[in-house]
Amino acid sequence: MTSPGESGGRETWPLWEVFVRSSRGLSHVHAGSLHAPDEIMAVRNARDLYTRRAEGVSIWVVPASAITASDPDARGAFFESPQGKEYRHATYYTESDSVPHL
Amino acid sequence: MKTSHVKSTAITPESIEAAGAVAPLAVAEYAVGLGDDALILAQRLGEWIANAPELEEDVALGNIGLDQLGHARSLLTYAASAWGKTEDDLAYFRTEPEFRNRQLFELPNGDFAQTIARQFIASVYFVSLYRALEGSADPTLAAIAAKAVKEVDYHLDHSVQWLLRLGLGTEVSHERMQRGLDAMWPFTGELFSPDPLAVGLEGIAVDPETLREQFDATTARWIAEAGLTIPAAPSVRGGGRGGSHTEYLGPLLAELQVLARAHPGATW
Repeated sequence: MTSPGESGGRETWPLWEVFVRSSRGLSHVHAGSLHAPDEIMAVRNARDLYTRRAEGVSIWVVPASAITASDPDARGAFFESPQGKEYRHATYYTESDSVPHL
Repeated sequence: MKTSHVKSTAITPESIEAAGAVAPLAVAEYAVGLGDDALILAQRLGEWIANAPELEEDVALGNIGLDQLGHARSLLTYAASAWGKTEDDLAYFRTEPEFRNRQLFELPNGDFAQTIARQFIASVYFVSLYRALEGSADPTLAAIAAKAVKEVDYHLDHSVQWLLRLGLGTEVSHERMQRGLDAMWPFTGELFSPDPLAVGLEGIAVDPETLREQFDATTARWIAEAGLTIPAAPSVRGGGRGGSHTEYLGPLLAELQVLARAHPGATW
Protein backbone atom coordinates (compact mmCIF):
# COMPACT_ATOMS: atom_id res chain seq x y z
CA MET A 1 0.00 0.00 0.00
CA THR A 2 1.45 3.33 -0.99
CA SER A 3 0.40 6.69 0.29
CA PRO A 4 -1.05 9.33 -2.03
CA GLY A 5 1.56 10.97 -4.24
CA GLU A 6 3.85 7.97 -3.99
CA SER A 7 4.39 5.80 -7.05
CA GLY A 8 6.78 3.21 -5.72
CA GLY A 9 10.01 4.69 -7.08
CA ARG A 10 8.75 5.08 -10.65
CA GLU A 11 8.21 8.78 -10.14
CA THR A 12 11.18 10.74 -11.42
CA TRP A 13 9.85 14.29 -11.16
CA PRO A 14 9.76 15.83 -7.68
CA LEU A 15 6.53 17.04 -6.10
CA TRP A 16 5.91 20.77 -5.66
CA GLU A 17 3.36 22.60 -3.53
CA VAL A 18 1.67 25.51 -5.28
CA PHE A 19 0.53 28.76 -3.67
CA VAL A 20 -1.54 31.25 -5.65
CA ARG A 21 -2.38 34.84 -4.79
CA SER A 22 -5.69 35.89 -6.30
CA SER A 23 -6.10 39.31 -7.83
CA ARG A 24 -8.11 40.51 -4.83
CA GLY A 25 -6.14 38.56 -2.30
CA LEU A 26 -3.92 39.50 0.55
CA SER A 27 -1.71 36.46 0.79
CA HIS A 28 -0.76 33.38 -1.21
CA VAL A 29 -3.08 30.44 -0.57
CA HIS A 30 -2.23 26.78 -1.02
CA ALA A 31 -3.86 25.66 -4.28
CA GLY A 32 -2.56 22.11 -4.65
CA SER A 33 0.49 20.23 -5.79
CA LEU A 34 2.05 19.04 -9.03
CA HIS A 35 5.06 17.27 -10.53
CA ALA A 36 7.76 19.14 -12.45
CA PRO A 37 11.41 18.48 -13.28
CA ASP A 38 12.59 21.78 -11.78
CA GLU A 39 11.32 25.01 -10.24
CA ILE A 40 11.00 26.91 -13.53
CA MET A 41 8.83 24.22 -15.09
CA ALA A 42 6.91 23.97 -11.81
CA VAL A 43 5.83 27.62 -12.12
CA ARG A 44 4.75 27.02 -15.71
CA ASN A 45 2.84 23.88 -14.83
CA ALA A 46 1.20 25.74 -11.96
CA ARG A 47 0.13 28.45 -14.37
CA ASP A 48 -1.49 25.82 -16.60
CA LEU A 49 -3.09 23.83 -13.79
CA TYR A 50 -4.17 26.44 -11.26
CA THR A 51 -4.66 29.76 -13.08
CA ARG A 52 -6.62 28.64 -16.16
CA ARG A 53 -9.62 30.74 -15.14
CA ALA A 54 -7.72 33.91 -14.21
CA GLU A 55 -7.54 32.95 -10.53
CA GLY A 56 -4.21 34.52 -9.79
CA VAL A 57 -1.68 37.27 -10.24
CA SER A 58 1.22 35.56 -8.47
CA ILE A 59 2.41 31.98 -8.01
CA TRP A 60 4.82 30.46 -5.51
CA VAL A 61 6.12 26.93 -5.81
CA VAL A 62 7.90 25.13 -2.99
CA PRO A 63 9.51 21.67 -3.12
CA ALA A 64 7.14 19.48 -1.12
CA SER A 65 10.20 17.99 0.57
CA ALA A 66 11.11 21.44 1.95
CA ILE A 67 7.91 21.63 3.98
CA THR A 68 8.09 20.44 7.57
CA ALA A 69 4.63 19.54 8.79
CA SER A 70 3.11 18.81 12.16
CA ASP A 71 2.54 15.13 12.89
CA PRO A 72 -1.08 14.20 12.03
CA ASP A 73 -0.99 11.30 14.56
CA ALA A 74 -0.05 13.66 17.39
CA ARG A 75 -3.05 15.84 16.72
CA GLY A 76 -4.45 15.39 20.21
CA ALA A 77 -1.50 16.57 22.20
CA PHE A 78 -0.63 19.19 19.64
CA PHE A 79 -3.93 20.97 19.09
CA GLU A 80 -6.28 20.07 21.93
CA SER A 81 -4.56 21.75 24.84
CA PRO A 82 -6.50 25.03 24.22
CA GLN A 83 -9.69 23.06 25.12
CA GLY A 84 -11.16 24.54 28.28
CA LYS A 85 -9.00 27.62 28.03
CA GLU A 86 -11.76 29.91 26.79
CA TYR A 87 -10.07 32.83 28.50
CA ARG A 88 -7.72 32.87 25.52
CA HIS A 89 -10.62 34.16 23.46
CA ALA A 90 -11.36 37.82 24.06
CA THR A 91 -15.02 37.12 24.94
CA TYR A 92 -15.03 38.83 28.32
CA TYR A 93 -14.90 42.38 26.99
CA THR A 94 -18.23 44.21 27.02
CA GLU A 95 -19.24 46.12 23.94
CA SER A 96 -19.48 49.84 24.44
CA ASP A 97 -22.76 51.47 23.34
CA SER A 98 -20.85 54.45 21.97
CA VAL A 99 -18.97 52.29 19.47
CA PRO A 100 -21.65 51.32 16.95
CA HIS A 101 -19.57 49.55 14.32
CA LEU A 102 -17.41 47.13 16.26
CA MET B 1 -10.45 28.64 -5.70
CA LYS B 2 -12.56 31.71 -6.34
CA THR B 3 -13.02 32.51 -9.99
CA SER B 4 -13.14 36.09 -11.11
CA HIS B 5 -15.45 36.41 -14.06
CA VAL B 6 -13.64 39.12 -15.91
CA LYS B 7 -15.62 40.38 -18.85
CA SER B 8 -13.32 39.94 -21.79
CA THR B 9 -13.09 42.42 -24.62
CA ALA B 10 -10.87 40.09 -26.68
CA ILE B 11 -12.24 38.90 -29.99
CA THR B 12 -13.99 35.50 -30.11
CA PRO B 13 -15.61 33.45 -32.90
CA GLU B 14 -18.97 34.38 -31.35
CA SER B 15 -18.21 38.11 -31.40
CA ILE B 16 -17.02 37.88 -35.01
CA GLU B 17 -20.29 36.22 -35.96
CA ALA B 18 -22.35 38.69 -33.95
CA ALA B 19 -20.59 41.67 -35.54
CA GLY B 20 -21.70 40.36 -38.92
CA ALA B 21 -18.44 41.25 -40.65
CA VAL B 22 -18.27 39.63 -44.08
CA ALA B 23 -14.76 38.84 -45.24
CA PRO B 24 -13.87 39.93 -48.78
CA LEU B 25 -13.29 36.81 -50.87
CA ALA B 26 -9.50 37.19 -51.16
CA VAL B 27 -9.16 37.87 -47.42
CA ALA B 28 -11.27 34.78 -46.70
CA GLU B 29 -9.00 32.57 -48.83
CA TYR B 30 -6.00 33.92 -46.93
CA ALA B 31 -7.67 33.39 -43.54
CA VAL B 32 -8.44 29.78 -44.48
CA GLY B 33 -4.71 29.13 -44.89
CA LEU B 34 -3.89 30.59 -41.48
CA GLY B 35 -6.89 28.93 -39.87
CA ASP B 36 -5.97 25.51 -41.27
CA ASP B 37 -2.42 25.82 -39.90
CA ALA B 38 -3.84 26.38 -36.42
CA LEU B 39 -6.59 23.76 -36.72
CA ILE B 40 -4.32 20.94 -37.87
CA LEU B 41 -1.68 21.73 -35.24
CA ALA B 42 -4.38 21.80 -32.55
CA GLN B 43 -5.56 18.34 -33.61
CA ARG B 44 -2.02 16.96 -33.45
CA LEU B 45 -1.40 18.44 -29.99
CA GLY B 46 -4.67 16.95 -28.78
CA GLU B 47 -3.27 13.50 -29.51
CA TRP B 48 -0.89 13.98 -26.57
CA ILE B 49 -3.68 14.16 -24.02
CA ALA B 50 -3.30 11.10 -21.75
CA ASN B 51 -0.07 10.19 -23.59
CA ALA B 52 2.46 12.81 -22.44
CA PRO B 53 5.34 11.83 -20.13
CA GLU B 54 3.50 13.32 -17.14
CA LEU B 55 -0.05 14.45 -16.42
CA GLU B 56 1.24 18.01 -16.15
CA GLU B 57 2.51 17.87 -19.75
CA ASP B 58 -0.84 16.48 -20.93
CA VAL B 59 -2.34 19.69 -19.62
CA ALA B 60 0.41 21.96 -20.97
CA LEU B 61 0.22 20.53 -24.50
CA GLY B 62 -3.56 20.36 -24.31
CA ASN B 63 -3.66 24.05 -23.34
CA ILE B 64 -1.45 25.01 -26.25
CA GLY B 65 -3.64 22.95 -28.55
CA LEU B 66 -6.77 24.68 -27.25
CA ASP B 67 -5.20 28.10 -27.85
CA GLN B 68 -4.45 27.01 -31.42
CA LEU B 69 -8.02 25.77 -31.79
CA GLY B 70 -9.19 29.20 -30.64
CA HIS B 71 -7.14 30.89 -33.37
CA ALA B 72 -8.49 28.41 -35.91
CA ARG B 73 -12.11 29.02 -34.86
CA SER B 74 -11.77 32.81 -35.17
CA LEU B 75 -9.99 32.65 -38.52
CA LEU B 76 -12.33 30.05 -40.02
CA THR B 77 -15.46 31.78 -38.70
CA TYR B 78 -14.32 35.00 -40.34
CA ALA B 79 -13.33 33.23 -43.56
CA ALA B 80 -16.62 31.30 -43.72
CA SER B 81 -18.59 34.57 -43.63
CA ALA B 82 -17.49 35.22 -47.23
CA TRP B 83 -19.45 32.18 -48.42
CA GLY B 84 -22.33 32.39 -45.94
CA LYS B 85 -20.94 29.31 -44.17
CA THR B 86 -19.78 28.43 -40.64
CA GLU B 87 -16.48 27.38 -39.11
CA ASP B 88 -17.86 23.82 -38.89
CA ASP B 89 -18.58 23.72 -42.63
CA LEU B 90 -14.94 24.52 -43.28
CA ALA B 91 -13.43 22.27 -40.61
CA TYR B 92 -15.59 19.18 -41.10
CA PHE B 93 -16.82 19.21 -44.68
CA ARG B 94 -13.79 19.94 -46.80
CA THR B 95 -11.69 17.19 -48.32
CA GLU B 96 -7.93 16.75 -47.96
CA PRO B 97 -6.85 18.72 -51.08
CA GLU B 98 -9.11 21.59 -49.97
CA PHE B 99 -7.08 22.06 -46.80
CA ARG B 100 -4.55 24.87 -47.11
CA ASN B 101 -2.26 24.24 -44.13
CA ARG B 102 1.50 24.21 -44.47
CA GLN B 103 2.83 20.66 -44.18
CA LEU B 104 4.80 21.20 -40.95
CA PHE B 105 1.59 21.27 -38.93
CA GLU B 106 0.30 17.91 -40.15
CA LEU B 107 3.50 15.98 -39.38
CA PRO B 108 3.10 13.18 -36.82
CA ASN B 109 3.96 13.86 -33.20
CA GLY B 110 6.79 11.32 -33.08
CA ASP B 111 8.34 11.22 -29.63
CA PHE B 112 8.05 14.09 -27.15
CA ALA B 113 11.25 15.73 -28.45
CA GLN B 114 9.93 15.68 -32.02
CA THR B 115 6.71 17.36 -30.89
CA ILE B 116 8.76 19.98 -29.03
CA ALA B 117 10.85 20.56 -32.17
CA ARG B 118 7.71 21.12 -34.26
CA GLN B 119 6.19 23.35 -31.58
CA PHE B 120 9.40 25.37 -31.27
CA ILE B 121 9.54 26.01 -35.03
CA ALA B 122 5.81 26.73 -35.16
CA SER B 123 5.90 29.10 -32.17
CA VAL B 124 8.83 31.18 -33.44
CA TYR B 125 6.98 31.47 -36.74
CA PHE B 126 3.61 32.34 -35.14
CA VAL B 127 5.12 35.00 -32.88
CA SER B 128 6.48 37.02 -35.80
CA LEU B 129 3.48 36.24 -38.01
CA TYR B 130 0.89 37.51 -35.52
CA ARG B 131 3.05 40.50 -34.53
CA ALA B 132 3.08 41.53 -38.19
CA LEU B 133 -0.60 40.69 -38.72
CA GLU B 134 -1.56 42.96 -35.81
CA GLY B 135 -0.86 45.83 -38.21
CA SER B 136 -3.15 44.42 -40.92
CA ALA B 137 -5.49 46.85 -42.66
CA ASP B 138 -8.26 44.29 -42.14
CA PRO B 139 -9.59 45.05 -38.65
CA THR B 140 -10.85 41.51 -37.94
CA LEU B 141 -7.56 39.88 -38.90
CA ALA B 142 -5.71 42.50 -36.82
CA ALA B 143 -7.89 41.80 -33.77
CA ILE B 144 -7.48 38.02 -34.10
CA ALA B 145 -3.71 38.49 -34.31
CA ALA B 146 -3.63 40.84 -31.32
CA LYS B 147 -5.30 38.22 -29.16
CA ALA B 148 -3.12 35.39 -30.49
CA VAL B 149 0.20 37.17 -29.90
CA LYS B 150 0.12 36.80 -26.11
CA GLU B 151 -0.79 33.14 -26.38
CA VAL B 152 1.91 32.18 -28.86
CA ASP B 153 4.48 34.06 -26.76
CA TYR B 154 3.73 31.57 -24.00
CA HIS B 155 3.84 28.62 -26.42
CA LEU B 156 7.31 29.69 -27.48
CA ASP B 157 8.42 29.92 -23.88
CA HIS B 158 7.13 26.40 -23.22
CA SER B 159 8.97 24.85 -26.16
CA VAL B 160 12.17 26.81 -25.46
CA GLN B 161 12.18 25.52 -21.86
CA TRP B 162 11.95 21.95 -23.13
CA LEU B 163 14.44 22.51 -25.97
CA LEU B 164 17.00 23.66 -23.38
CA ARG B 165 16.27 20.85 -20.93
CA LEU B 166 16.35 18.08 -23.52
CA GLY B 167 19.30 19.57 -25.39
CA LEU B 168 21.36 20.02 -22.23
CA GLY B 169 19.96 16.99 -20.40
CA THR B 170 21.26 13.46 -20.78
CA GLU B 171 23.00 11.96 -23.78
CA VAL B 172 19.73 10.26 -24.76
CA SER B 173 17.61 13.41 -24.41
CA HIS B 174 20.16 15.42 -26.39
CA GLU B 175 20.19 12.87 -29.20
CA ARG B 176 16.41 12.68 -29.34
CA MET B 177 16.06 16.47 -29.36
CA GLN B 178 18.52 16.72 -32.24
CA ARG B 179 16.68 13.94 -34.07
CA GLY B 180 13.43 15.85 -33.55
CA LEU B 181 14.90 19.01 -35.06
CA ASP B 182 16.36 17.00 -37.94
CA ALA B 183 12.94 15.49 -38.68
CA MET B 184 11.08 18.81 -38.65
CA TRP B 185 13.64 21.17 -40.14
CA PRO B 186 13.06 20.31 -43.84
CA PHE B 187 9.52 21.67 -43.40
CA THR B 188 10.60 25.14 -42.18
CA GLY B 189 11.37 26.41 -45.69
CA GLU B 190 7.73 26.10 -46.72
CA LEU B 191 6.64 28.50 -43.96
CA PHE B 192 8.49 31.34 -45.70
CA SER B 193 7.82 30.46 -49.31
CA PRO B 194 5.44 32.82 -51.10
CA ASP B 195 1.85 32.38 -49.93
CA PRO B 196 -0.34 32.04 -53.05
CA LEU B 197 -3.33 33.05 -50.92
CA ALA B 198 -1.67 36.36 -49.93
CA VAL B 199 -1.23 37.59 -53.49
CA GLY B 200 -2.85 40.99 -54.04
CA LEU B 201 -3.42 41.55 -50.33
CA GLU B 202 -0.68 44.08 -49.63
CA GLY B 203 -1.21 45.77 -46.29
CA ILE B 204 -3.72 43.08 -45.28
CA ALA B 205 -1.76 39.80 -45.47
CA VAL B 206 1.76 39.21 -44.18
CA ASP B 207 4.39 38.41 -46.79
CA PRO B 208 5.99 35.28 -45.26
CA GLU B 209 9.38 36.07 -46.74
CA THR B 210 9.62 39.11 -44.44
CA LEU B 211 9.49 36.79 -41.40
CA ARG B 212 12.48 34.66 -42.38
CA GLU B 213 15.27 36.81 -40.97
CA GLN B 214 13.73 37.03 -37.51
CA PHE B 215 13.02 33.28 -37.58
CA ASP B 216 16.60 32.39 -38.49
CA ALA B 217 18.02 34.64 -35.78
CA THR B 218 15.69 33.42 -33.01
CA THR B 219 15.98 29.72 -33.80
CA ALA B 220 19.76 29.92 -34.18
CA ARG B 221 20.08 31.56 -30.78
CA TRP B 222 18.02 28.99 -28.88
CA ILE B 223 19.37 25.97 -30.75
CA ALA B 224 22.92 27.10 -29.93
CA GLU B 225 21.99 27.76 -26.30
CA ALA B 226 20.59 24.23 -26.06
CA GLY B 227 23.89 22.82 -27.34
CA LEU B 228 22.21 21.54 -30.51
CA THR B 229 22.98 21.95 -34.20
CA ILE B 230 20.85 23.65 -36.86
CA PRO B 231 20.06 20.85 -39.32
CA ALA B 232 21.52 21.32 -42.77
CA ALA B 233 18.85 19.28 -44.55
CA PRO B 234 17.34 20.83 -47.70
CA SER B 235 13.70 21.90 -47.69
CA VAL B 236 10.96 19.62 -48.94
CA ARG B 237 8.85 20.77 -51.85
CA GLY B 238 5.93 21.92 -49.72
CA GLY B 239 2.79 23.13 -51.43
CA GLY B 240 0.36 22.88 -48.51
CA ARG B 241 -1.19 26.26 -49.37
CA GLY B 242 -2.06 24.83 -52.78
CA GLY B 243 -3.60 21.68 -51.30
CA SER B 244 -0.58 19.34 -51.62
CA HIS B 245 -0.10 17.36 -48.44
CA THR B 246 1.95 14.58 -46.93
CA GLU B 247 0.51 11.12 -46.42
CA TYR B 248 -0.16 12.07 -42.78
CA LEU B 249 -3.00 14.57 -43.29
CA GLY B 250 -5.62 12.06 -44.52
CA PRO B 251 -5.76 9.93 -41.35
CA LEU B 252 -5.72 13.08 -39.20
CA LEU B 253 -8.73 14.49 -41.06
CA ALA B 254 -10.55 11.16 -40.83
CA GLU B 255 -10.36 11.34 -37.06
CA LEU B 256 -11.15 15.07 -36.97
CA GLN B 257 -14.19 14.79 -39.23
CA VAL B 258 -15.71 11.36 -38.61
CA LEU B 259 -18.20 12.38 -35.93
CA ALA B 260 -19.48 15.47 -37.72
CA ARG B 261 -19.90 13.49 -40.94
CA ALA B 262 -21.58 10.48 -39.34
CA HIS B 263 -24.00 12.70 -37.41
CA PRO B 264 -24.31 16.02 -39.27
CA GLY B 265 -25.47 18.81 -37.00
CA ALA B 266 -24.88 16.77 -33.84
CA THR B 267 -24.69 18.82 -30.64
CA TRP B 268 -24.25 18.00 -26.98
